[in-house]
Amino acid sequence: MTAADAVRAAFRRADDAGADASALNIFLYEDRDGALARAAALDGEPRRGPLHGVPVALKDNIATTSLPTSCGSRILEGYVSPFEATAARRLREAGAIVIAKTNMDEFAMGSSTEHSAYGVTRNPLAPDRVPGGSSGGSAAAVAAGIVPIARGSGTGGAVGQPAAFCGVVGVKPTYGRVSRYGLVAFASSLDQIGVFGRTVDDAATGLQAIAGPDPLDSTSAREPVPDYVAGSADGLRGVVIGKPAEYFPGDLDARVRDRCDAALDALARLGAEVRDVSLPHSRLAIEVYYIIAPAEASSNLARFDGVRYGLRLEGDGLRGMYEATRSAGFGAEVTRRILLGTYVLSAGYYDAYYRKAQQVRALIARDFGSVFGAGVDLLFTPTTPTPAFSIGSKSDPYEMYLSDVFTCTANLAGVPALSLPIGRVDGLPVGGQLIAPHFREREMFAAARALERALGDEAHR
Amino acid sequence: MSRTAATGAYEMVVGLEVHVHLETATKIFCRCSTDFGAPPNANTCPVCLALPGALPVLNGHAVELAVRAALALGCTVHSTSVFARKNYFYPDLPKGYQISQFDRPLATGGRVRIGARDGGAPFEIGITRAHLEEDAGKSVHDRFASATAVDLNRAGVPLVEIVSEPDLRSAEQATAYLKTLKQILEYAAVSDVNMEEGSLRVDANVSARPRGQTALGTKTEVKNLNSFSAVARALDVEFARQCAVLAAGGAVEQQTMLWDEKAGGVRPARSKEGSHDYRYFPEPDLPPLVVPPDRIAAIRAALPELPDARRARYRAAYAGLSDYDVGVLTASVALGDYFERVAATCGDAKVAANWMMGEVLAALNAAGRRIHDFAVRPPQLAALVGMVRDGVVSHSAAKQIFAIMVATGGDPDRIAEHEGLVKVSDDAALAAWIDDVLSEHPDEARRYLGGERRLQGVLVGHVMKRSKGSADPKRVNQLLAARIGS
Repeated sequence: MTAADAVRAAFRRADDAGADASALNIFLYEDRDGALARAAALDGEPRRGPLHGVPVALKDNIATTSLPTSCGSRILEGYVSPFEATAARRLREAGAIVIAKTNMDEFAMGSSTEHSAYGVTRNPLAPDRVPGGSSGGSAAAVAAGIVPIARGSGTGGAVGQPAAFCGVVGVKPTYGRVSRYGLVAFASSLDQIGVFGRTVDDAATGLQAIAGPDPLDSTSAREPVPDYVAGSADGLRGVVIGKPAEYFPGDLDARVRDRCDAALDALARLGAEVRDVSLPHSRLAIEVYYIIAPAEASSNLARFDGVRYGLRLEGDGLRGMYEATRSAGFGAEVTRRILLGTYVLSAGYYDAYYRKAQQVRALIARDFGSVFGAGVDLLFTPTTPTPAFSIGSKSDPYEMYLSDVFTCTANLAGVPALSLPIGRVDGLPVGGQLIAPHFREREMFAAARALERALGDEAHR
Repeated sequence: MSRTAATGAYEMVVGLEVHVHLETATKIFCRCSTDFGAPPNANTCPVCLALPGALPVLNGHAVELAVRAALALGCTVHSTSVFARKNYFYPDLPKGYQISQFDRPLATGGRVRIGARDGGAPFEIGITRAHLEEDAGKSVHDRFASATAVDLNRAGVPLVEIVSEPDLRSAEQATAYLKTLKQILEYAAVSDVNMEEGSLRVDANVSARPRGQTALGTKTEVKNLNSFSAVARALDVEFARQCAVLAAGGAVEQQTMLWDEKAGGVRPARSKEGSHDYRYFPEPDLPPLVVPPDRIAAIRAALPELPDARRARYRAAYAGLSDYDVGVLTASVALGDYFERVAATCGDAKVAANWMMGEVLAALNAAGRRIHDFAVRPPQLAALVGMVRDGVVSHSAAKQIFAIMVATGGDPDRIAEHEGLVKVSDDAALAAWIDDVLSEHPDEARRYLGGERRLQGVLVGHVMKRSKGSADPKRVNQLLAARIGS
């Protein structure tokens, strides 16, 4: 199959699935001519590697020079970056072809892709349901069979949760593993570019291409990048898998619990030892997350002021211009978080909120360190408490935030996590999450690959 | 109550925050040039324009210069310091926050000696802290009729902010402190400290308290001070204002004041400018700044000679120089270097110093030049000094030669020859000039030759003038005396 065939097939599939705003609303911007031209050029070149000529989609908060980067926001409507994100550049250099930018919750603030300024994205497996978020468009693009690999970004579970809702594999690597240069910042200490794939190998291949140090991101890690794809699939003998009690609460959806138990049984049959463990401070994760992330966001989003680029509305003087521009440019959820973040950083409240949240964050991370330090190789949890919920069903923001309760701890602790399909409930996918110590993506992929193989078709039934 | 009477009852208390550009080739968080005077927004990139997705990368040279500055000010440099975001909205602040340092600065606890107290003990001003930060851009209000323009060339230029203790008690002390600080930073080679280009900017914290009281009064912060003289004038004006408020039984309001250079007064900043809550928090895009102790030690070891050390060396090495001479000669690194080369080459420090403090400084002032672009180079001046010492030219001829050297950059021996200023001791030539003078001034000649010896000086002067200063005055005196001598 040529690259040109692959790109044409992807767009045909996009048309059939209704990837545009008329149906699923997965793509915000498409580059049909550019993608085909690039494919034609690649077809005349020696093969660069496994991504040569592979069509991919990028979340709309990853800077590209060929397509706009709007972050799902009015304030950046039609904004085209003059520079390319490191992750986008590495994909291009590996031969991948960016065919589209995908819809997302505005500035990645949301768990359902209902908070995009450009409309709701529908779950390809159940169009009345959300695809999860904030990387809902990218997860949906893979779930709809348009692209084998798509890029998302995770700040508080925004890769694992949509992967689970859409029945695909999603990996959020260790903080620092993938350069954030060109990823429009939401919460800098939590943001990390992730990868969606149809299979564990696709996701591993996708991460391989973009992982590694970057002199343009001072928080990128220098650790060498091992081969993620060639990891062992010879069973899991000797591997200790921790089952943290806090991630299996008494009120967990019984059918989700059943699917997790089946996956844990499969892991045990593969030779792994399943051990009950505890991560006590994970109970505080949502509260901590909703202090730290909005605090950083309130600062990161200050640059959208109408002075240099993006939306600008005139008002009464400078302050009026700021108010008019930002009021019109930001949606309700973004505004809510900017206000929350501004509040928790204010003089007199900083110690009570931001400082305390950072202290608890350290405790959450320490829990992971303790468990991993005590002989546990990986953790297994449900990715989300429930399968994909119906569009419009979560009107209370806090209830929405709770759908990230199992995934946001990996962002807070900076550890890598992977979600893979482990079965269905009422036809809706259920995801299982593997969490590994820092920079142990290779071991995480190996276990996921083994589990994927062991579950076989069960994972999609 | 008059203003004078009001101020007399109070004591001024001042601490200064000084922002100094570090002399790096590129900005603190990107590779853009720091050149001053480029077309607006020419020196910008995604990072200093704060485009979405851009990230800061710290310039190691800025760190080195800041460490050097802190060590030169006697500060303790901390191996780990933390960048923080200072959040506020302004069009020339592209990110909506300034990357600075807050609760863990690069350096703390230094001191600067600005003079001596009565009895000789050093008079020192404490340095609270010195930290690294980025400069903002510039808002240009006078270029377009109906709009403010923004030039971001300066955005991201590295700064070290030096915060003093409230140890200053007068505008004079504040000026002395600033001059000393400027000199130390120049000596440490961290900044060119050019106020016209905004490479040194000052904010002043001012309060007044009844004389004898130890508790500090309520302070105001005076901003927009663009010269040392503005600092001095603003301090006096703001202090007088506070004294008047206190004397009338009022309370000073803690606020930010803006100095108005044209009006020569202060006015309160609009309340929103003055009551910032900067919402500082650690900068998540940059790891903590780590400067290992051995690196700090290496920078300390490589620290250039500082002003106090150079003055001590001059006093020890050059007998005959007064404290005043030493102070003038060490005003800048370049001036001192120049002096030392002249002194070493000509071998007479006192004469070299006299030339420096007389002719050289006068010529620099007249031409508005700095010593490093002065046409006369040290070996040339040393050669001229040597020619005087060796009797090749007279002192007055040397001054003429020097003036030509200043204008042309030429060598003194050639100029002396070309201009006929080489001292003439040849009796035949001198006798001819004497004959000319005596015949041109018959009355004086008659009286002198008739025994009126006091006219000898006048006649020598005429000969000197006729010889354009080249005649050896000692020999002319002898020859004139001989005409009536026997």
